[in-house]
Amino acid sequence: MRRRLKVFWSLVKDSVDITTHGSKKYHIWMAISTFIMLVGMYCYSIQLEHGLSVTGMSDQVSWGLYISNFTFLVGVAAAAVMLVMPTYVLKDIDFKQAVLIGEGLAVAALIMCLAFVTADMGGPSVLWHMIPGIGVFNFPSSMLAWDVLVLNGYLFLNISIPFYILFRHYQGKKANPKIYVPGALLSVFWAVGIHLVTAFLYQGLQARPFWNNALLGPRFLASAFAAGPALIILILAIIRTNTAFKIEDRTIKKIALVVTVAAQINLIMLISELFKEFYAPTHHSQSAYYLFFGLDGKTALLPWIWTAISLNVLATATLTIHKFRNNFKILYVACFMLFVAIWIEKGFGLIVPGFIPGPYG
Amino acid sequence: MSNNSNKWFSLNFSTEKKEATGSCGCGKESGGCGSHTKNIEVEKQKDGFDQVFDVKMSRRTAFKQLTASLMIGAGAVSSSCSVIAGDETKEKAQIDWEEQFKGNYKLMSKEEQKETVSRLVRSYQLRTGKTISMSSKNSEKDVLFGYAFNISKCQGYMDCVSACVKENNQDRNSQMEYIRIHEMKDGKGFNFNEADDNYYHEVPAEGHFYMGTQCFHCDNPPCVDVCPVQATWREEDGLVVIDYDWCIGCRYCMAACPYDGRRFNWSKPEVPEEEVNKNQHYLGNRMRKKGVMEKCTFCIQRSRAGKNPACVEACPTGARIFGNLLDPNSTIRWVLENKKVFRLKEDLGTEPKFWYFMD
Repeated sequence: MRRRLKVFWSLVKDSVDITTHGSKKYHIWMAISTFIMLVGMYCYSIQLEHGLSVTGMSDQVSWGLYISNFTFLVGVAAAAVMLVMPTYVLKDIDFKQAVLIGEGLAVAALIMCLAFVTADMGGPSVLWHMIPGIGVFNFPSSMLAWDVLVLNGYLFLNISIPFYILFRHYQGKKANPKIYVPGALLSVFWAVGIHLVTAFLYQGLQARPFWNNALLGPRFLASAFAAGPALIILILAIIRTNTAFKIEDRTIKKIALVVTVAAQINLIMLISELFKEFYAPTHHSQSAYYLFFGLDGKTALLPWIWTAISLNVLATATLTIHKFRNNFKILYVACFMLFVAIWIEKGFGLIVPGFIPGPYG
Repeated sequence: MSNNSNKWFSLNFSTEKKEATGSCGCGKESGGCGSHTKNIEVEKQKDGFDQVFDVKMSRRTAFKQLTASLMIGAGAVSSSCSVIAGDETKEKAQIDWEEQFKGNYKLMSKEEQKETVSRLVRSYQLRTGKTISMSSKNSEKDVLFGYAFNISKCQGYMDCVSACVKENNQDRNSQMEYIRIHEMKDGKGFNFNEADDNYYHEVPAEGHFYMGTQCFHCDNPPCVDVCPVQATWREEDGLVVIDYDWCIGCRYCMAACPYDGRRFNWSKPEVPEEEVNKNQHYLGNRMRKKGVMEKCTFCIQRSRAGKNPACVEACPTGARIFGNLLDPNSTIRWVLENKKVFRLKEDLGTEPKFWYFMD
């Protein structure tokens, strides 16, 4: 035990050493990130002092960009499963290198999710009311309680598995698959779970017809499995060109295939959704009408959603053609477009229209 | 006969309520109340404090110890910074500390509820020098509050709205209002899309009719189900209430409410000191803080004291009727039995206790 602690300590020291040293580009990147974080913290301090009114949210649109980004990032976090599954379940060896990055990405995305939700709370100082055991946890009735459980569970899984592998690797030992593979398998189901639960959070509200449809959950999954791996491809591309970490072409091509299939399914579901809303429009189609065409002269979301749809269609079409997908330069552009498209669509394209028009039109 | 007159009622919630009153009604026989106490025990288990600190007594001692350590710190600071900082500062610090770490009101025992109420009263006194009265009165047996709104009578004067704001100490800055009066065009029916609920002209306007909405105190409230921390719940007398101190401000209830019944304190609510209604209830019109939800409670501080809510009292046309649904002689029962009543969005299964009718 003492030896392990010692190893852990030196692992932490070495990790800090590695993360604080690097090329000039790396330092600039870290400086920019730090600066953005400081700006964010400053803005949050304003919010803490004056309340959530500074966010521009209102009694009508009571959830905004915080919850939008939370929703989207849950998808990104869940995407790690698309790398884990082929590696550990289907034994497709060439993903292994990417898996650790995927899981690292999941951890980063989850931390951002939790931060976004915390930032959205009116009373962050009483958040302990939510901690099971100390507070009162409305389980299983509240989907938000479920979400807290699954997100933290997924975070734990995604921290512990890569940590175990890294810890063994650091000591020059091989990780024992008997220990980490069950965890990896569990995380596959768990990833689907976090996304479905997050979708159910909205889907279960009879008050909001825009969300209260059975396709919401599956569509969450499809878009997540498109946007998340697309982001992973972009990250792998950066790692490939800037570090010695070796990533084979085959790996990227496989992930690209995953992205393509998910994007195609997502597009089919989008068409199905649009058909339902606009072929026989009811009173409940007004939110969709607002999103795509504007309602009573309120058209703020139009440029966003049409940008998202065009990017989405263009990227999916590009990815579908083998010649384009296998050309990495085009692939990267397509992945970037897809990522942005889904970010807009799952972000404000989903959350804000749910509140418009209000319960009384 | 009573069955007959209860017909509308048994469709919705009478059986459930009857059982509840049955188990409560055995207060006279000391032994018969088994189910009732069991209920309390079950709820007790959920209180996290009790789990962590084992028993309630030890929880309080734990608080005292924590408080003592805080006071040592606070005392050290105050003695080094100022000489005059006296008992009041310490008391204020202690109250703030205990309030920050108190449990969920719904799960508190009667004594604990009284304690937090007296802390809040004292805290207000220390802060402003004024004394308020705050009630922690619980629901009474055989009471289920209901509301009826006469669309024919409402003229859109909005006296109900201003009375409500005054009575319930709502934030004056953001002009928070629990009640919305919708002005609708004659001949268009209940068309909320084209209704104007923010009018500033003389009423009643030609060719228009008016109807009001507020929290409907649903018997099957979606807002209660979604709350992750049980900060909002349905009381035995049907009122849907919020523990403002337990609410974490996630606004999930707001998204879940199909009737626009809930309001959020986007910034610090402010009421001029001289306008504060000092007759308060813990679950009702006591002062809120920023970042918590609030809503209509049918003026719990009034209705539980046997009075009508402020909106009912203020209405100059008599369009608003409030009363006990379980009392066969109440006006509300007369309306429900003799008028063609309807409720909004009944298809959602929320069972509002707020009916509309026309003369």
